[in-house]
Amino acid sequence: MARTVSTSTKWAWTVLAWIVALIIFFPILWTILTAFKTEGDAILFPPAFFPPHWTLENFFEVQSRSDYFRHFFNSVVISVGSTVLCLIVAVPAAWSMAFSPTKRTKDILMWMLSTKMMPAVGVLVPIYLIFKSLNLLDNLFGLTVILALIDLPIVIWMLYTYFKEIPVDILEACRMDGAVLWKEIVYVLLPMAVPGIASTMLLNIILAWNEAFWTLNLTAANAAPLTAFIASYSSPEGLFWAKLSAASTLAIAPILLLGWFSQKQLVRGLTFGAVK
Amino acid sequence: MGSIALENVTKSFGAHTVIPPINLKIEDGQFVVFVGPSGCGKSTLLRLIAGLEDTSSGVIRLDGADMTDSIPAKRQLSMVFQSYALYPHMSVYNNIAFPLKMANVDKATIDAKVKDAARVLNLTDYLDRRPRMLSGGQRQRVAIGRAIVRQPKAFLFDEPLSNLDAALRVNMRLEISELHQQLKTTMIYVTHDQVEAMTMADKIVVLNAGHIEQYGTPMELYRTPANRFVAGFIGSPKMNFVDGPEAAKFNANSIGVRPEHLHVTKDKGTWKGTVAVAEHLGSDTFIYANVEGLGLMTIREEGEEELNPGDAIWLTPDPARIYRFDKAGVAVN
Repeated sequence: MARTVSTSTKWAWTVLAWIVALIIFFPILWTILTAFKTEGDAILFPPAFFPPHWTLENFFEVQSRSDYFRHFFNSVVISVGSTVLCLIVAVPAAWSMAFSPTKRTKDILMWMLSTKMMPAVGVLVPIYLIFKSLNLLDNLFGLTVILALIDLPIVIWMLYTYFKEIPVDILEACRMDGAVLWKEIVYVLLPMAVPGIASTMLLNIILAWNEAFWTLNLTAANAAPLTAFIASYSSPEGLFWAKLSAASTLAIAPILLLGWFSQKQLVRGLTFGAVK
Repeated sequence: MGSIALENVTKSFGAHTVIPPINLKIEDGQFVVFVGPSGCGKSTLLRLIAGLEDTSSGVIRLDGADMTDSIPAKRQLSMVFQSYALYPHMSVYNNIAFPLKMANVDKATIDAKVKDAARVLNLTDYLDRRPRMLSGGQRQRVAIGRAIVRQPKAFLFDEPLSNLDAALRVNMRLEISELHQQLKTTMIYVTHDQVEAMTMADKIVVLNAGHIEQYGTPMELYRTPANRFVAGFIGSPKMNFVDGPEAAKFNANSIGVRPEHLHVTKDKGTWKGTVAVAEHLGSDTFIYANVEGLGLMTIREEGEEELNPGDAIWLTPDPARIYRFDKAGVAVN
């Protein structure tokens, strides 16, 4: 018998969910609203929720002072580039671990994940020195490679989980039908794993877009992405809340929109295989 | 051409040997069934032939050529899986066309061949559908279509009918047999169902724990089983076995009598028993009787035998159809 839930319980849960969602979203909302305030209104006490005088001045100033579009371009190159690089390595790796596992496969997976538990700052100095000697500091290619390496364990883990859901019989049928390895991957494995791969891509783009440790430490001007763009507004000249908020809003807007439009795909991918 | 030969083929998973050295020759055009209980190695043997598993040692020859280390794609064999293994993201048309595309066949030929296969298998109206929109029987037909669309050296069937309901299974059994008559291509069919084996095979390989217990035509296996295992496995209902002093009377360690070779009378016979259960099928009656000193025995009587639980009966085995086995279970002539 299906469990019946009373209307009042449903209402209570809905209201609670909205409250929790609003609390989580509040800092983002506040940042967006502050971006439209003047510097004076931004530091009013008690604070005004809605801007008393709506203005776009902060956005113009931010663009003229820091060249938003160049940082935006860098962010796109780094996040998309690292995602593509990650997938090129991770798809065959996850394929071999999912369909030709050895006794050590689980250990390798755990070891890869364990690298994510290490504080990044622990390897900052060696990586910085390597990048310096290879002339990769403040270089888009170098940053793309490092972000791809950092997210590789998570991408392999996600793809491995999706691939495990694909029946081996289908891949074997494909081999019997005369497909060699690359045709098996291109014609059968990838189309069947599209939801999983798409959500992995989206997640990786978001992770790379938001990555602030390496992007701040390995860039200066040329390759600086939007994370460096925001950070430049917490300056020794003092805090300019309205401009900082405008910069933040501009930085998160693209990824917020991407997440918004792809939320169905993301949820589908993240729950792929959870329910048969 | 599609002759297959296994020479001293073995397969081990770690320290566990699944297939001890096995030798087998399958002639071109034969319908050979691998039959045996679960875990006897029949599917593994089929996968070794297909190239989906690597052999641990030995040689596999297709038409005389050593294919032991060839990848499945190079062996020119087609396989039908128990789970159908259709490509869920492709239409029926593309599923059937897939092996031809992999072989770089031109589009016009692919189209003609797919439509031809679809016509033979009654799938013409479903070519645009995805596999999930088909019934179990239709899916199985698509899987067969995918196998027959190119001319393979042999077809391999891995328990293809076990997911179908009983009525459909009988139909598909007939269709596969007819297909073999038409194509005259070598077929290897794996099943645990001895009825499928008996009805479809030119030759049956009975496997037990990786060993070939016997290889012969269905009627050879039925009439002259090589040992007690084959005697018990082939035939439905199963053969009755008698051990001890009663078997010693026949100079054997144990004897076997098929249910259809036991005759029931109400007044006199060799063994006395009581009816435990009588199953009336109309054409036949299966009687399960507790026989004094021998235990439960199964009897198959033709027609509508009027017997009820508790009835006293006498059983007489057909003396010409008593199978004798020695201590090791090997048949004694």
